Amino acid sequence: MTQPIATCPNCGAKIIFKWSSSVQTVCEYCKSVLVRSDVDLKKVGQVADLPPDISPIQLNAEGNYRNKAFVVIGRILYQYDQGGWNEWHLMMNDGTSGWLSDAQEEYAISFAATGSTTGQKLPTESQVQIGQTYSWNGANYTVSVITQAHFRGVEGELPFQYWDKDDVAFADLRSSSRKFATLDYSDIEPVLYLGELVEFDDLKLKNLRQFEGWS
Amino acid sequence: MSSGPTPPQGSQKPQVQALNCTKCGAAITLRALGQAVSVVCESCHSILDAKDPKLQILQTFERITSAERPLIPLGTRGRIRGTDYEVIGFERRTIEVDDIPYHWNEYVLFNPYKGFRYLTEYNGHWNDVAICKELPMVDPRFSIPLEANYLGEVYKHFQTADANTDFVLGEFPWEVRVGEQARLTDYVHPPRVLSREKMSKEVTWSIGEYVYGKDVWSAFRLPGDPPPATGVYENEPSPFSANIMAVWLAFAALTIGLLAMMIGFDLPSSSEPVFRSTYQLNRVAANGEPSFVTDTFQLEGRTSNVEVTTSASVQNDWIYLNYALINQDSGEAWDFGREVSFYSGHDSDGSWSEGSRRDTVVVPSVPAGRYYLRIEPEADPRHSNIAYSVEVRRNVPVMAFYGIGFLALLLPAVLITWRSVSFERSRWSESDHPPSPIINTESDE
Repeated sequence: MTQPIATCPNCGAKIIFKWSSSVQTVCEYCKSVLVRSDVDLKKVGQVADLPPDISPIQLNAEGNYRNKAFVVIGRILYQYDQGGWNEWHLMMNDGTSGWLSDAQEEYAISFAATGSTTGQKLPTESQVQIGQTYSWNGANYTVSVITQAHFRGVEGELPFQYWDKDDVAFADLRSSSRKFATLDYSDIEPVLYLGELVEFDDLKLKNLRQFEGWS
Repeated sequence: MSSGPTPPQGSQKPQVQALNCTKCGAAITLRALGQAVSVVCESCHSILDAKDPKLQILQTFERITSAERPLIPLGTRGRIRGTDYEVIGFERRTIEVDDIPYHWNEYVLFNPYKGFRYLTEYNGHWNDVAICKELPMVDPRFSIPLEANYLGEVYKHFQTADANTDFVLGEFPWEVRVGEQARLTDYVHPPRVLSREKMSKEVTWSIGEYVYGKDVWSAFRLPGDPPPATGVYENEPSPFSANIMAVWLAFAALTIGLLAMMIGFDLPSSSEPVFRSTYQLNRVAANGEPSFVTDTFQLEGRTSNVEVTTSASVQNDWIYLNYALINQDSGEAWDFGREVSFYSGHDSDGSWSEGSRRDTVVVPSVPAGRYYLRIEPEADPRHSNIAYSVEVRRNVPVMAFYGIGFLALLLPAVLITWRSVSFERSRWSESDHPPSPIINTESDE
């Protein structure tokens, strides 16, 4: 994906390197051998590059989830040590709020769970551990990853005030079906989001970001 | 990669310089870069300084990346399950089992809409791998459960080992670096493999499906041929097991057909003898010429076999009969001799017996016509009279033919079953649960 794009210093044509750390290419027009000097050669073969944070979702994208149309109206950006992800704020056509997350291009739709559906007190950040199982709304969820994330910014409309955050913790839980849960520890009281992992094609998204060379 | 929270690469423009001849300015063609200490300009034939920093970048890069070259070059696009993917990353990983290192390669595939997939390759065996959206179910009471249940299918534990990353190129959705360790557990249900990967902060399950090298080559339009697959891989589909059911079903169907043929075609035809008679051998009177001829009988139908049954009430005695089946019109004759003998008695082991009072012989390919038998009996001259009877039947079923047919049907079924069993044994011999050697004769090693 990250085929670095530059301009040929000889003839000005667009040149594309084959992959993120490739150092050499040949200009298709003037046939010059072109060398990149910005690649850290000590890392080549030792450390992988992270793909850039690109999401095909953008504000005003539209889609459909369980026969409910939605429009993307806001976004929270997070950064963690393995990259970044977005929580896109959805307005469903029944007026409710939903979230579409796109961490590593794995899409999930979720909704904030109210106190009555969870029934019990939610585990605190210090209690939650990988491998623990919780039961909410009759489904079992197992903690698969705990992420320390860094709040990077917001865009558009959000259902709550959210701008003075710094480091926040999340616990992601999975189930034997596509149901998944997130425990959000960004506030004093943990908030539970319940949802499911979805296929990109099933969301029937429109108004997406376009990527050159991809359709 | 401690670049902090700022949005990472991608937005940065790469810094690019052209490698041109310092004398004439013409573009330079590089060949055999790894070994090149100096480069000659093809236009003006002047020698380029090998200390040129641009050339050094290329040579360092070449030295690093030539160690482990991906079979699918980074940047290659291919179509998998109807979606275009680009190869953006490559890593080589190693596990050690009994101090023997095993290496395999992993490729990261990316589509900006659909996300990531992976291709793994070990000794020419490929897998198309995706992260599980559903969590497989395992028995939490065991540290290494022997089964995992995923989407209603049972996967059997194959191997648990610690994997180490040796080499990495390009982009990964997580921050892979050389030396990174993960505990890998594979469960198989050919052609699929379910892998659990545990790193310090994360447990990831992925589901892979076996892919043949030639399909990878055509998906990415790679030149040449894929490296040949060696050995049996953990989730390689058995070329035999899929056929076992079909072969045994075919065997059952054909055997039923064979039985139907036997019952419907051959059994009724053998119901009635065409000739039957009883004789007495009087050895005291049998001086001179003991042979005689029977009455004639008719053999009908197409050229077929003739069964001659001899029964004699012998007890600790024998009778020998020289037969000739003779065509009355052509004189053509079939000669054969049969012995009927029966012995029995008691000894320290109990009662015993040997031989039979009845003998049957089949004369093949006898044309239709009028026939008679010439019989010349012989017996122990010290004994008294022996009564014996002769029966002739036309067109009897020859069970041996059915036996041969049955074996001919059985053989491929047994062969395929045996090959399937040995395929599965090769598969599991590489696992944490090798098959016990008791059944194996090891003669195929």
